[in-house]
Amino acid sequence: MTARAGQPAAWSYWVVLPACILLWAVIAATLQTPLLPSPGEVIVALRSEATNGQLWFHLAATLARVTVAFVLAMAIGTAIGLAMGRSTRTNALFDPLLVVLLNLPALVTIILMYVWFGLVEVAAVLAVVVNKVPNVAVTVREGARSLDPKLESMATVYRFTRWQRFREVWLPQLFPYLMAATRGGLALIWKIVLVVELLGRSSGVGFKLHLAFQVFDVATILAYSLAFIAIVQLIELALLQPLERRATRWRQPETAHA
Amino acid sequence: MLELRIEGRSFGLPVLGEIFTTICQGDRICLLGPSGIGKTTLLNAIAGLDGAMPDAAVPGRNKMRVGYLFQEHRLLPWRTLRQNLAIVGAGDADIERLLASVGLAGYADHLPDQLSLGMARRAALARCLAIQPDLLLLDEPFASLDPVRATELKQLILDLLGRYPTMAMICVTHDARDATELANRLWYLDGQPACLQWDGTIAAQSGVESLVQRLRTLDQVV
Repeated sequence: MTARAGQPAAWSYWVVLPACILLWAVIAATLQTPLLPSPGEVIVALRSEATNGQLWFHLAATLARVTVAFVLAMAIGTAIGLAMGRSTRTNALFDPLLVVLLNLPALVTIILMYVWFGLVEVAAVLAVVVNKVPNVAVTVREGARSLDPKLESMATVYRFTRWQRFREVWLPQLFPYLMAATRGGLALIWKIVLVVELLGRSSGVGFKLHLAFQVFDVATILAYSLAFIAIVQLIELALLQPLERRATRWRQPETAHA
Repeated sequence: MLELRIEGRSFGLPVLGEIFTTICQGDRICLLGPSGIGKTTLLNAIAGLDGAMPDAAVPGRNKMRVGYLFQEHRLLPWRTLRQNLAIVGAGDADIERLLASVGLAGYADHLPDQLSLGMARRAALARCLAIQPDLLLLDEPFASLDPVRATELKQLILDLLGRYPTMAMICVTHDARDATELANRLWYLDGQPACLQWDGTIAAQSGVESLVQRLRTLDQVV
């Protein structure tokens, strides 16, 4: 496996992270307070949540929301971004809206959606989508602007259908931008979904954190955080990196570094 | 066969003036003219790249097919040669045959960036032929090739022209020698905006010298 640019060697994770856990264990053992449980207590909490099914139920609820919101935000954002990158008129229409939406705090959107639509699933997902679409659109717009006009004219001469043009000419060029939007998007959506759940849903990791917060159950909070980090990393390793490797296979070694 | 009527093209400044001419089946036209005069712009206009395709009456077809060999290969870099040819509609058997005809047998599963400049240009030529064009546009096909490769490619194009006798060709070049070897008709593009200053046949017996002489007088007139 080749390291991504700017990424340190794999061994550093096996040194720095255990060192942190060790430090945490030492501090927890010294302070002896329920506000900072030891790593062992967190593992116990994690195991009990896993065996009673709570962990899986809430993780699944969060994952489902993230998936739906992500797919919607990527589809809508990509369509808007492409249109903006390809047409100055569309850009003029959407750009002022983007400026507003990009600077609107996520919390405001969430509150407004709950106020307007009630504490329902649609409002929750919609709030996340509205937050994420502008970021995707801006990223994809950059990609659409950098599409190679030479390949465009080739596609015109050889009468590519709309679908061929999208799939064969645009998509490979947009891929790095879509990956950037995906990475940034997932990171953002995870966090917003938790807030959405904390404020107005009765399932999901955010809801569970809310409950634990009310009784100062720090062990459960940390247990869910760990499970959460594990899931995000799993998606990165099992989905995103293989996808990226597959789609950039055509690049020759000398062009990959260019 | 092809009624060519171009209203003129301007990119800030007028580049091409009004051009009206007719191209017949089997015409081999060499398009000469000073650098930057608008030869590629004229090819793009003929290919319908900016604005509508010029009117064309092709027996048995409702639309003229144009194969365009750009200065760069413009193959999809993320697709193998086989896929690049398949996208424009070539069948499996055709792909092998076309690649063999441009000397690239066995390269079907290579990516364009794995090929040399000359090979990639020949692969792009195979793609031009894959759509069975009525008109083949070649934009400086011999540019940046070493003399040996350039001669090979010229011979290849001559062979292909012999194999498709009804196909018309327009080839942009700077070299009067290319014109005498490839063409039976010559366009000389010059002026501001650029127009066809000369549109004439090249007699088989007229050598390079007389053509160069003719071009020199054109240069002085314009």
